[in-house]
Parts: sequence; structure tokens; C-alpha cells
Amino acid sequence: MMQAPVRSAVLLAALAVARPGAATEIVVAPGSAVPTLAAALARAKPGDRIVVQAGRYAEPTITVSVPRLVIEGRGWPEFTGSGNHTVLIVAADSVTVRGLALTGSGFAATDDRAGLLVRDARDCVIEQNRVYENAFGIYLSRSVGCLVRDNQVEATRGNEFTTGNAIHLWYSPATRVVRNHVRGHRDGIYFEFSASSAAEENEVIAVTRYGLHFMYSDSCRYENNTFTGNGAGVTVMYSHHVVIRGNRFTDAVGPAAYGLLLKEIIDGEVSGNDFTGNTVGVSLDGAMRLDIRGNAFTRNGFAVRVSGSAGDNRFTGNRFAGNAFDVVTSAKFSTSTFDRNWWDNYRGYDLDRDGIGDVPFRPVRLFGLVIEQHPPALLLLRSPLVGILDTVERVMPVLTPNTLVDEHPLMHPPRE
Amino acid sequence: MSTTSTVLDSGIRELARNRWMLAYATGFFVLTESLFWFQGTGPQVLLSLLNVLLLVIPLVSLVFGAMYIYSSREFIELLLAQPIARRDLFLGHFMGLALPLAGAFAVGAGLPFALHAGAGAGFGGVAVLLSAGIGLSVACAAIAVAIALYSDDRLRGVGMAIGAWLLLTVLYDAGLLAIAVSFDAWPLEKPMIALMMANPVDIARGLVLTQLDAPAMMGYTGALFRRSFGSALGTVIAATALAIWIAAPFAIAGRRFRRRDF
Repeated sequence: MMQAPVRSAVLLAALAVARPGAATEIVVAPGSAVPTLAAALARAKPGDRIVVQAGRYAEPTITVSVPRLVIEGRGWPEFTGSGNHTVLIVAADSVTVRGLALTGSGFAATDDRAGLLVRDARDCVIEQNRVYENAFGIYLSRSVGCLVRDNQVEATRGNEFTTGNAIHLWYSPATRVVRNHVRGHRDGIYFEFSASSAAEENEVIAVTRYGLHFMYSDSCRYENNTFTGNGAGVTVMYSHHVVIRGNRFTDAVGPAAYGLLLKEIIDGEVSGNDFTGNTVGVSLDGAMRLDIRGNAFTRNGFAVRVSGSAGDNRFTGNRFAGNAFDVVTSAKFSTSTFDRNWWDNYRGYDLDRDGIGDVPFRPVRLFGLVIEQHPPALLLLRSPLVGILDTVERVMPVLTPNTLVDEHPLMHPPRE
Repeated sequence: MSTTSTVLDSGIRELARNRWMLAYATGFFVLTESLFWFQGTGPQVLLSLLNVLLLVIPLVSLVFGAMYIYSSREFIELLLAQPIARRDLFLGHFMGLALPLAGAFAVGAGLPFALHAGAGAGFGGVAVLLSAGIGLSVACAAIAVAIALYSDDRLRGVGMAIGAWLLLTVLYDAGLLAIAVSFDAWPLEKPMIALMMANPVDIARGLVLTQLDAPAMMGYTGALFRRSFGSALGTVIAATALAIWIAAPFAIAGRRFRRRDF
């Protein structure tokens, strides 16, 4: 049995090691004893805190290899890659990077340079940074469980071939990307082989290619983001069990621009989104068993395009208003179903006043079929002739797919 | 006051007293206003109005225009007995028909947009829609006058006016559609746009579409369409084509009016 004083001393020693306050704070400032972040990292122990004062720092690529560090900028200290290398690499677990300005990685065709690269790390927190004019903005590679939050990522000088993606995930599952503002770059938010991740409340504006782009990333959530005015809209591919909810997809205008192109997306949910002013609102290309409900499609050229390879998708409770075409399809038979949607083109009646129209609605217009096969006929859009043809087809459907019918069209738009 | 303006003045007064013209203006006003009431937003109202405009303006301008010339036949003969130049008389009568027709549409459809301050419809969209409607009104009025002056038989004349309406609004586009479907393998866009420029109703439709259906106007066809009707040069070409559709029937009718033995 130990003596009491000895026991206390052991306890105190244990406390001293475990106490968070034991971590030292290292201050980096230009012209001081610690003039560079690299110098601070060389003396840092796990769990230390590095405060970087305002100033410009042009260092070779800085690599953080000490775990549990907190690196925090005061007054946006600016780190530049001087146009020829990645600015900052995080290669240790549980590192926090906050309040830095990272810029000037430059572009190279041979390597992926980034403002901030997280490599083989777990549980990092990247927040409140300004990451601008880099090839890639924030690049997570083979990292798990990171949080990327409240960053501003911009690169407006390059084009599609001389910039990378703003926030790029490569084999980085369980990542959360929250409230970032993205402008410019090639793709806004890019997930590849990154399952169980989430993107929430981000705003992606005017990127040259896709606002959101993911592939082979199953069971991810995309909620309450805004994607507007992006070169090719949003394209997502080869993933299952994704949830796309409450986002705004607007102003994707162009010959190959889509509000949301779902390519080989299987068993997912697309709900409560707002598709406004896109050339194509939602395009289903090999998409299967999706639950598409409660979305608003407003003033799109083509609200919904269903390819022949898409099947068993369910459209319910959506709101279609002011679209040039509500639904177009190249398929003669379709196993996707529409039920209980609201269509501004619906001209039926509701005698029993249960809120559901008594005659079915056929959202595929004959003219929609014609221009799918004969594109020049688009010149006749809104011609009185087309109105007559569509009406005739609606009364006596011959050519439009029989299965694409909303048997229970709503009389009033569903609440948003 | 010149003779033309005197005749024009009497023509406008007569038409202003005419209940049909008042009903026409009121009709457009009530329609546009109720579209605002039911649909709310300006861009949707513009689209619905376009559908009405393309059918109603040619119908009213053609049929009413022909009937107007027939019904003022005796008045024209009376005036011709006076020392008035035929040129002035014709100009006065034509403008006395075209101005109220165009004005009734412009006021009836334009006033609700002014009252609702556009309600989200851009000034450009409203301006193009109203200009296209006015141009179409005058062009169809000119065609109507030409028809009425070439056909002495009133019934036949009105029949021809209705025939012209069917041709311009529906049959012509049916021809275009037939071309698009049958000559699938050919690069059809440019010839089809040229053919559209040869029909006043299609010109009006094209001008308004570039303002309203921008998202749908994509792909090769749409891009060409936007360049043909939407660009500055394209708008000038389309407006010129519409102006030719006013000037040509006007010249034909005027020539007939000057030479004809009443």
C-alpha cells in the first residue's frame, strides 16, 4: 500500500500530463523568434496550439505531421504557394486549421496542387479559411471523418482546364462539408469514393463546370445547398442510397447544362428541392428506384427528362409551373411513375372536391416527343399549331407513352 | 390640317365610337388583368398572353379590318366625289384602322403591366411583346385592306380574311413541322428560320420567345434561334421582315385603291 503523499504526487503528475492547459501555445509572427509556420511546427508537440499573426508568409510547402495541433490565424495571415506548389498539407490526425488565407498554389498538369491538402488523416477540422486562386481549393485525400466548414473558396481566373475543384474529396468517407462559399474553380464540391459523407448549406456559384459532382459515393447526404449559375449545373453518378434534400438548383443554362443530372443513381431520395430556370431541371439517366417528391420545378426549359434506361422512379407531390416542357422522354415505355403532383398545365376538374383532379394528366406533350426526335422542330415552340396538336393528343393519346400518366393530379399546389 | 389627318381623324372617331374596338381593348385588359390575378408572376402572364396574341390579333385585325373597309365603302365613294387626293384618302383610312387596332392591344395588354409594375416581368420582355403585337396588328390590318380592296364580294372577302388567318397562324406552321419531320437528315435550322421570317405571326412569336423561353432555347437549334431573333442584328432583321409585311400589303392595297374604279 502506497503512502498518501506519494499517491498524491503520482496523481498530480498524471493530471499535469492530461490537463489540456499543459499544451503550449506557439505564436508565429513575421520578424519574431518564430517567423514561419514551418519553424513553429518543428518545435510543436501533439496537442499544441499555434497562433499565426497577420502577415504574408511565403514558405515552401508546409506539412503538418504532428497530431492534435490547432493552427489558428489572427487577422487572416496569408500563405502563398508562390505559384508553384501546394500551400499547406495536413498529414496528421485531429488537426484543426482555422482562420488562414491560403493562395497561389499555381496550376500544373502533372500534379494536383491545392491550397490545403489533407492526406491520410483522421478527424481534421478545416474552418473559416479563405482559400483563393489555387488549382484545387481544399483537397481531402484518403482521410476519414473530417469537417470542412465556413470556408470561402474562390478561383475565378482560370478556366475549366487550368483550375481544379474547390472542395475535393478522394477516398475520404464520413466527411462533412458545411456552409462553405464557393465561386469559380472547375467543380464546386466533388466527392469520389467518399461514402457516408454530407454536404450541407453550401453555396456554389458560377463554377465553370459542375456545382456538385460526385461518383461512387454511397449513402451520402446533400441538404440545403444552393447551386446557381454553374456552367454545367450539377451532375451526380454511380452511387446508391444518396439523399438530395432541400437544395436550390437554379440557372444552369446551356446545351449540356442540367439543374440535376442523375446518372446511375439508385435507391435514393430527391425531395424538397427547388429547380428554377434551368435548361433541364432533372435528368434521369439510368437512375433507378428514386423517390422524387415535394420538389418545385419552375420556369425550366424541360422540367424532367426521363431516359429510356431509367426505371421505377416515383414522382409524387412535386410542383410544376411555367416550364416549357414538364416531362420529356425518349422512351416508348416507362416504368417511372407520376402520382399526386401539381401541374400548372392541368385543365381537369374536381367534382367531388377532394383536391384531386377527376381526369388523369399526361405530362408528356406530343411536341416534346417530336423535338426529341426532330430537334429543328423546337422552332415551333408556343405556336398555336403545337397547342392544337398537344390538345388533340391529350384527348386521344396515340403516340405519348401510356404509362406516363398522373392518375391523381392535385388541384392545388402542395405546400413547400 | 392636312387631308390625310382629317380623314384619319374621322376614321379614328368612328372607330372610337365603335363598340367592337372598345370591347377589343377591354377584352385584352380583362384577360391580362385576370392572368395577373390567377398566375401572379409577370413572366407567366407574358407567356399566356403570347398564346392569345398569336391567335386573336391576326383574327381580329384580318376579319375586322376587311369588314371595316367594306362598311366604309359608301363613305369612301362619297369622299371620292370631293376634291381629295386618293393617296390621302387611302392613308387616312388605313391609319384610321391600323392605329386603333394596335392602340387597343397596346393599351389593353400594356396597362395591367404598368399597374402591376411588371410583377417580375422584365421591361425588355414586356416591350418586345407589345411591339410584336403592335407590328402584327398593323401587318394584318394591311393584309385585310388589300384583301377587301381586291375582292368586291363582301362575303368572299371576309372568307379570304379568315382563310388568311388560318394560313398564317396554323397551316404555315404545319408546313414547317412537316418539313422538320420529313427532312430529318438535313441541316434544317437555317432554312426553317428563314421560312419563319416569311410569316408575320412566326416573326412575332420568335421575337417574344427569345425573351421568355431562354432556358428551353438551347442546343444547336436553340442557339441558332437565339442568334437569329435574340441578338441585336437578329432583332433588326426580324423587325425589318415584319416591316416588309406591313409595307408590301400596304403598297399593294394603295396601288389598287388609286387605280380602282369605285
